[in-house]
Amino acid sequence: MADPKLRPVDDVLIEGQHNYDTITDRIGSVVLNQDNFSPSHAKGKQWFLFITLGFLLVSVLMLSIGWLLYQGIGIWGNNQPSAWGFDIINFVWWIGIGHAGTLISAILLLMRQKWRMSINRFAEAMTIFAVMCAGLFPLLHTGRPWAAYWLFPYPNWLAMWPNFRSPLVWDVFAVSTYFTVSLLFWGIGLIPDFATLRDRAKSKTARLVYGIASLGWRGSTKHWHRYEQAYLILGGLSTPLVLSVHSIVSFDFAVSILPGWHVTLFPPYFVAGAVFAGFAMVLAFLIPMRAMYNLKDFVTMKHIDWMCKIMLATGMIVFYGYLAEIFFSFYSGNQYEAFMMKNRMFGPYGWAYWLLILCNGIVPLTLWKQKYRQHLPWVWIVTLFVSVGMWFERFVIIPMSLHRDFLPSSWGMYVPTIWDFGMFLGTIGLFFFLMFLFIRFLPMISIFEMRELLHRTKEGEHKAEPAVTGGEA
Amino acid sequence: MHAPTKPGPFGIIAEYESPETLIAAANTALDQGYTRMDAFTPFPVHGLPEAIGFREAKVPWIIFVMGVMGGFGGLALQWWVSVHAYPLNVGGRPLFSWPSFVPPAFETTILFAAFGAVFGMIGLNRLPQPHHPVFDAPNFDRASQDRFFLLIEAKDPRYAADETRSTLEGTGAVQVTVLGQEEESDW
Repeated sequence: MADPKLRPVDDVLIEGQHNYDTITDRIGSVVLNQDNFSPSHAKGKQWFLFITLGFLLVSVLMLSIGWLLYQGIGIWGNNQPSAWGFDIINFVWWIGIGHAGTLISAILLLMRQKWRMSINRFAEAMTIFAVMCAGLFPLLHTGRPWAAYWLFPYPNWLAMWPNFRSPLVWDVFAVSTYFTVSLLFWGIGLIPDFATLRDRAKSKTARLVYGIASLGWRGSTKHWHRYEQAYLILGGLSTPLVLSVHSIVSFDFAVSILPGWHVTLFPPYFVAGAVFAGFAMVLAFLIPMRAMYNLKDFVTMKHIDWMCKIMLATGMIVFYGYLAEIFFSFYSGNQYEAFMMKNRMFGPYGWAYWLLILCNGIVPLTLWKQKYRQHLPWVWIVTLFVSVGMWFERFVIIPMSLHRDFLPSSWGMYVPTIWDFGMFLGTIGLFFFLMFLFIRFLPMISIFEMRELLHRTKEGEHKAEPAVTGGEA
Repeated sequence: MHAPTKPGPFGIIAEYESPETLIAAANTALDQGYTRMDAFTPFPVHGLPEAIGFREAKVPWIIFVMGVMGGFGGLALQWWVSVHAYPLNVGGRPLFSWPSFVPPAFETTILFAAFGAVFGMIGLNRLPQPHHPVFDAPNFDRASQDRFFLLIEAKDPRYAADETRSTLEGTGAVQVTVLGQEEESDW
């Protein structure tokens, strides 16, 4: 039964009274209005505060990378038997966060979900920045990042070539393709909006820069026609791509024979976990941003409600994965598998496992209730729980499986160092920093798609009345 | 380099307040036999390409061809590397152990197809093109915001300065303007 105190969540995707001009103005002015970014205004102060915080953490990242390059990866906690630690945990965590962006922009596009239009730009930006943060970790873990191009097949005087049977090489292909395609997708989405900013900008520099970025876009119908063909097919290409990326990341583990890694469940469960973490991060940013930049008309309670439901659904898949893992390890009848699970629950890192179950399994279940899905502070807290939980999921999988494998004589403990934390915090700062630069220079909601959404909404209203027709398609 | 500017207009452009009037106007012009038309809108308007008589499916073909090239190229690369350039015996498996070559070949398929989509679209649209005669139309900065434009080019065989103008004026346009093309020679 519906609680009468609840505000009804209707299907309105654009709230308030809007026309093409007010939409353009509301979104475009976030970027074009200098007050938003000048320290002498209240809003500008906020932005400066956040970007400064991001910048400080980027400095921590630079320091950590600098010391790492000087000393080598011995400054990290990685050891034998835990040759993979924070670096791979963070890599998988960040890649996963990126997946929500592609899901929103591609899969929801193919499913003709109109509500994606107001959040896709933002989520795609997050994808790109998250993949950038992710890429840093394996790059630096190579120990000699300046030789990282050896990972690609190219003719060289050593006559050396990559071993294509290795999932780690698949990973190089998957992640670099994912980054490139996400960038292309995001880039062509921005072209028409750059044209809008070019035509609205008051300052000469802004007009010039946005003009160059718009490639001289003039909104020709012939151009739009090809544009829509390209955009839709890109969506179709990105859909299997995003599923393949985290599947391939999970092959890094699943193809090995280590107890805790050697599970056929990994690809789907990693993909669901990625979407889960990604939606949490999108919500964690969008909830404050829509308030800060007056975009509540475009990112409505309905959007938040749907995102919570996707989080709930993927969270349940992930939770099912945890339960299935427990089942597999005992049903296998294999003593190493069974020991791995007992060690996971009651071993030296047992607390991390139970924290994971709490964050990913229990807390998101509150989203079953509409009351909690509409309580923005609670939704925001849940997103933090999920982000922490998904990080611990990778902690549970990676060092906890490695530290006690087959032979007790080769057991050990994994203890991260301050530089591990420095790198991790630093990439969070980098992400933060890039997000606030994005808000400063690019429209965070796709303006042309919002106009299209408004047009279609109006068209729908017209269709309800019998008299009006507007040309046959 | 452009040839020296020909005298004479580039075309006639009409401005509309809504996509519905624009589609109706385009239909009228199409019915009257105009073929060299284009419309300019702040968002893709459903049904407008048909209304100006524009049909094209080159982009999907470019994407398809690029995707096939990417897929077979990726597979061929891996075959050549693993069988000829650098044969590695891993656990006695055949040198051409194709199942493990599927993931990279899949990624190259997507990568090439995506390049085909984006650069095919940009190339067919002849972008980047910093200037175009329509940018001289009054109010054209609103074509990226909230106004809708219909252009009939002077190259259209049916084009006749006065008649075309009055046709467009009769379609509910806010204003109708004759576009010169001298600006084009600057580029």
